[in-house]
Amino acid sequence: MGNQLMPDAPGLELIAQGIEEGREGTVIETSVEHGKATLIVRPDGVLHTLSWLRDTPDQGYRFLSSLHAADYLPATPRFAVHYELLCRERVERINVKALLEDPADTNGDAEKLPELGSCVDLFPTAEFQEREAYDFFGIVFRGHPDLRRIAMPEDYVGWPQRRDFPIGGEPVLYTHNEIEAPRWFE
Amino acid sequence: MSDELLRDEADVTERGVDRNTEDPSAPLMDATAEIAERELEGPGLEPEQEVLTINMGPHHPATHGVLRLIVTLQGERVIELKPVMGYLHTGIEKSCEDKSYWKVIPFVERMDYLSYYFQMEAFCGCIERMVELEIPPRAKYLRVLHMELDRIMSHLVWLGTTALDIGAISMLWYCFRERDTILDLFEMSSGQRMHTRYFQVGGVFEDIPAGFEKKVRAFCALMPTRIDQYEALLDRNEIFLQRTREVGIVSRERLLELGVTGPLLRAAGEPWDLRKVDPYLAYGDFDFKIPVGTVGDGYDRYRVRLQEMRESVRIIEQALDGLPEGPWISDDRKFVLPPREELATSMEALIHHFKLVTEGFRVPPGELYYSIESPRGELGCFVVADGSSKPARVHFRDPSFVNLQSLRDMSVGGLIADLIQNLGMLDPIIGGVDR
Repeated sequence: MGNQLMPDAPGLELIAQGIEEGREGTVIETSVEHGKATLIVRPDGVLHTLSWLRDTPDQGYRFLSSLHAADYLPATPRFAVHYELLCRERVERINVKALLEDPADTNGDAEKLPELGSCVDLFPTAEFQEREAYDFFGIVFRGHPDLRRIAMPEDYVGWPQRRDFPIGGEPVLYTHNEIEAPRWFE
Repeated sequence: MSDELLRDEADVTERGVDRNTEDPSAPLMDATAEIAERELEGPGLEPEQEVLTINMGPHHPATHGVLRLIVTLQGERVIELKPVMGYLHTGIEKSCEDKSYWKVIPFVERMDYLSYYFQMEAFCGCIERMVELEIPPRAKYLRVLHMELDRIMSHLVWLGTTALDIGAISMLWYCFRERDTILDLFEMSSGQRMHTRYFQVGGVFEDIPAGFEKKVRAFCALMPTRIDQYEALLDRNEIFLQRTREVGIVSRERLLELGVTGPLLRAAGEPWDLRKVDPYLAYGDFDFKIPVGTVGDGYDRYRVRLQEMRESVRIIEQALDGLPEGPWISDDRKFVLPPREELATSMEALIHHFKLVTEGFRVPPGELYYSIESPRGELGCFVVADGSSKPARVHFRDPSFVNLQSLRDMSVGGLIADLIQNLGMLDPIIGGVDR
């Protein structure tokens, strides 16, 4: 099997320790599975974690391969944003996973969206990918320069990749059934 | 009057060159301030100083799909650019959540419709790692063989369409001629010309048929001479050189910041290729080089891709030479369909077949990001499994989507004609961008 490299278990603990030293209570958990190292962090500590991993000289995770969100519906916290970091010198990958509560659960306001600090200043590559996470999951990135929908129409309502958004929940209108959705064009 | 105009134009091009080499974030700020300033000044300006915002696309034939660009121009100079996408969004990632794992494969193939073998490998490889399924050596070699054929095919489509954008019309016909040979090979091994669904979780769908090797070898003997011909047509073509040299340069550091990978990054002089640094499948067994550029302009991007095609031919030849004998798909009955003839004699096989076809196999809870080198850069697949037979989330990190962010850095400050050239050299596939 291809060897997607990662820091070993003690190395991962050292990383977690280093991050904790700068800001206590950031790392919730570390895990290693299927040859992938993961740091699970609190949402308010994610920018600290990313900048620590990027700027600490012997870490050097300076390349953000991918940023994506996921919805773990029955679980709480419900959402997570994944940052796949890469150290190009050692060819090591590390996954930072920021867990996010759904504010609609806690205060009952369904309009309220989960929020997270934007990492565009640290990694300019995240600009489109944060917009994508916002578009599909309704995760707001504070400080993003241009947070708009990216793939869905601008006036679209709803967050289509959340697990409670039904597949095929939206009627497809043709000329034969447009009468069933009156004034749909407005 | 005409003298004045000429001087103005010279001034513009001079500044255009400046902007390309300066710190790239500075001119963008400038541009926004400049737009506001000029809009205030209004009708008192000369026509060539006015700011004009135009809409390019989404159906412009030179945007390689349905990409829409909102371009702010001052005369011929681009001072601001915003890509708008989503016109090809079909919700593939969402649809995948409603399909069992083996039915997801044809969906993900249709994202980036030129590199379907790579999408399959990213997804199947990810699932194989999650269920810890080892694939037989012959399957690894067959996967490499098909992926490298696909890489050549993808580069040929790029070369044909981009050269067409720049005015070399005959290139399209030459490139599509060779592309058709490759599609014939795909048809021979899998029955389909595009979207072959050849890779399965556990290996490949079927062994290569008799006579396939001979045809691939004939293609490998032919292809380098064809590349020589392309080079003879384009390498020292005056128009091509003027259009591509010193155009769209972005520094290597800025490209890395923007997350750009693949030939674009290599053309800027960074020898980064996942096949080399992290040899997945059987890439560790082969001897091949990573072509890199020096300047990082359009011409380097063209040269790097052409050289990559030659290296792919070398990999294919080596894969044929070293092709191991043995099974082409794993015999783990929990994940792989039993052979047809076993169904008539074995009850076990019948049960496995029934389970796999009706429900599909289950993947234990977990999540994984797995990345490979596609013709356009790092292609990553992220899967979340919840223990059922359907994935809870499938996400693709598409290289065209991420690379598209660098179009602004390439084009702002340049001429609008260069924007078309930059877009062509960027090689975005909108099916992959929008998914």
